[in-house]
Amino acid sequence: MLIDDYPAEIEAIFAKYPDKRSAVLPAMYLAQDSYGYMSEEAIKDVAALLDLEPTQVLSLAGFYTLFYEEPVGKYVLEICNDLPCALCGADDLVEAACNKLGIEEGGTTDDGMFTVKTVMCLAACDKAPMLQVNLRYEENLDEVKLDALIERLRKDDADGVAPYYGVEAFKESLKRK
Amino acid sequence: MALILLRHRDIKNIHRFDVYTENGGYEGLKKALKEFSPSEVTNIVRKSNIRGRGGAGFPAGVKWGFIPKEDGPKYVVVNADESEAGTFKDRELIEFNPHQVIEGALICAYAIGAQACFIYFRGEFMHAARTFESALNDAYANNALGTNIFGFDFSCNFYSHYGAGAYICGEESALLESLEGKLGQPRIRPPFPAQEGLYAKPTVVNNVETLSNVPPVIVNGAEWYLGIGTEKSSGPKIVCLSGHVNNPGNFEVPMGTTYRELIFGDQYGNGVPNGKKFKALLPSGGSAPIVTESALDAPLSFEGMEEHESLLGSASLIVMDESVDMVWAAMKLIHFFHHESCGKCTPCREGTYWLERIYQRILSGNGSESDVKLLESVAKQMQGETLCALGEFATSPVLSTIKHFPEEYYDKVSKPARSGS
Ligand SMILES: Cc1cc2nc3c(=O)[nH]c(=O)nc-3n(C[C@H](O)[C@H](O)[C@H](O)COP(=O)(O)O)c2cc1C
Ligand code: SF4
Ligand code: FES
Repeated sequence: MLIDDYPAEIEAIFAKYPDKRSAVLPAMYLAQDSYGYMSEEAIKDVAALLDLEPTQVLSLAGFYTLFYEEPVGKYVLEICNDLPCALCGADDLVEAACNKLGIEEGGTTDDGMFTVKTVMCLAACDKAPMLQVNLRYEENLDEVKLDALIERLRKDDADGVAPYYGVEAFKESLKRK
Repeated sequence: MALILLRHRDIKNIHRFDVYTENGGYEGLKKALKEFSPSEVTNIVRKSNIRGRGGAGFPAGVKWGFIPKEDGPKYVVVNADESEAGTFKDRELIEFNPHQVIEGALICAYAIGAQACFIYFRGEFMHAARTFESALNDAYANNALGTNIFGFDFSCNFYSHYGAGAYICGEESALLESLEGKLGQPRIRPPFPAQEGLYAKPTVVNNVETLSNVPPVIVNGAEWYLGIGTEKSSGPKIVCLSGHVNNPGNFEVPMGTTYRELIFGDQYGNGVPNGKKFKALLPSGGSAPIVTESALDAPLSFEGMEEHESLLGSASLIVMDESVDMVWAAMKLIHFFHHESCGKCTPCREGTYWLERIYQRILSGNGSESDVKLLESVAKQMQGETLCALGEFATSPVLSTIKHFPEEYYDKVSKPARSGS
């Protein structure tokens, strides 16, 4: 259960808002951190915590693109191919990533390590082409840097658990008193 | 001119509380608390004519003045959703000059009588917002936040909140819904946020850059601010340059600098790469009509693009060279708007769906002349009929590319199939 995994974090989130319901997105991030994606259990956990119907949490998961409704790889490479990045070679980067990992856009490698997706503008267009991986940006990429990144990510996974970089930072911020 | 917003480029480590205060930081807040009543602060901001930097250009002081004077819970919400294609200025501010944003929000809180500020970051900023989060810690530790701030009879808390990937949450009423834990869909207005905003309490929503302008205005006065920029558009503006320029990035300039200078000037964009010719400019990401070479001498300002039938918007300049197929570019933008339509109202939900379908048909070589007419007619039927401005934005790439580059459309529909871009 989420509450057992993150008792302190959940207490901190609830303390933040005048209305409990505002805690739903933060709780969903923690759930996704625990379960890897918004699985049925994850949805039920969040719903129970927030006194919501599971269908309400499910519709939020469908609305917001950073929640995954299907299992994904340990590392989700979300490559921006919105117009400014596309003007600067984003489509080549998508192709290179897919070729290197032997998957199609949207797919996951057989070993469950990597998923490649394309996403809309990430507000880093001056450093195109770029991507985010587990909510951390990697900018000014080319094929060589992409190769190096993939190797680096394989190493970050030393203990078998891939870091969810953005959510790690978020959890850190919940320590503020 | 010394930088006013992007001060971190001049002053190393200004994200640190001590460095910020050594360089005049929090003097604006202290001055406001010491010398002015809340309504005097609002009046200074009104007089300076700081206009919203989130895209709509609404005067900040006027907005603050709408907040009812009665006691009771009120909120300041900082809009850090920044998701318009080509826009990346707020991210630089929150990452490198966070205290100026916090100070601006606190001055607003004092002016309107709010006891709490929220900042709504797009979820993708979680990692980049680490410096902002530690700035909040430092501000609390140094009594710039919390109870009796700097010993004055003013207390205010500051909370961060993260969205989860939805452009529409930048629209202020959708943002408030999202912050309340609901689907990020725009509210029907009235009531406006000033009456019923966050948790149905009076709320000011301002953009990150807008609030960054506030502390220096309180320190230096409205006249100083009015001396920068043009008559109708005062102050500095951060311009985001992307696409086909040699030197992409954020540039802080006085309002009134020409688009040509920004794109070609060697201290700014430094021209189009690879010896290619300039073709077109999107002056505000995907949300304002495209312009051509003839518009480039316009001054960057709220009024400058009027005669070229476009807008300042968020001043995110996407530059395209002669190699870009305008039908393909419009299709990219329509794909964005279709993807980001929240689905609450039919003209936008259905309109963006059909627009994308027609573009796909034209680009795959299966379009006909009537498809170009159909694009125009779908776009025109959406105009004025949508619940929020997203639906309106979606029509602009269609109508403006057909207006300026009709031959690129007709070439595709009268010739045998050929591939996309
Ligand atoms: C579809 C849509 C997206 C928007 N996205 C943003 C955004 O990311 N950031 C922002 O500050 N304003 C955005 N706005 C404008 C806000 O609704 C609002 O006008 C602004 O936050 C007010 O602050 P300002 O007056 O300081 O600019 C958006 C508006 C629309 C219609
Ligand atoms: S115009 Fe589009 S984004 Fe705005 S409310 Fe309607 S469907 Fe949602
Ligand atoms: S278009 Fe890719 S970051 Fe903006």
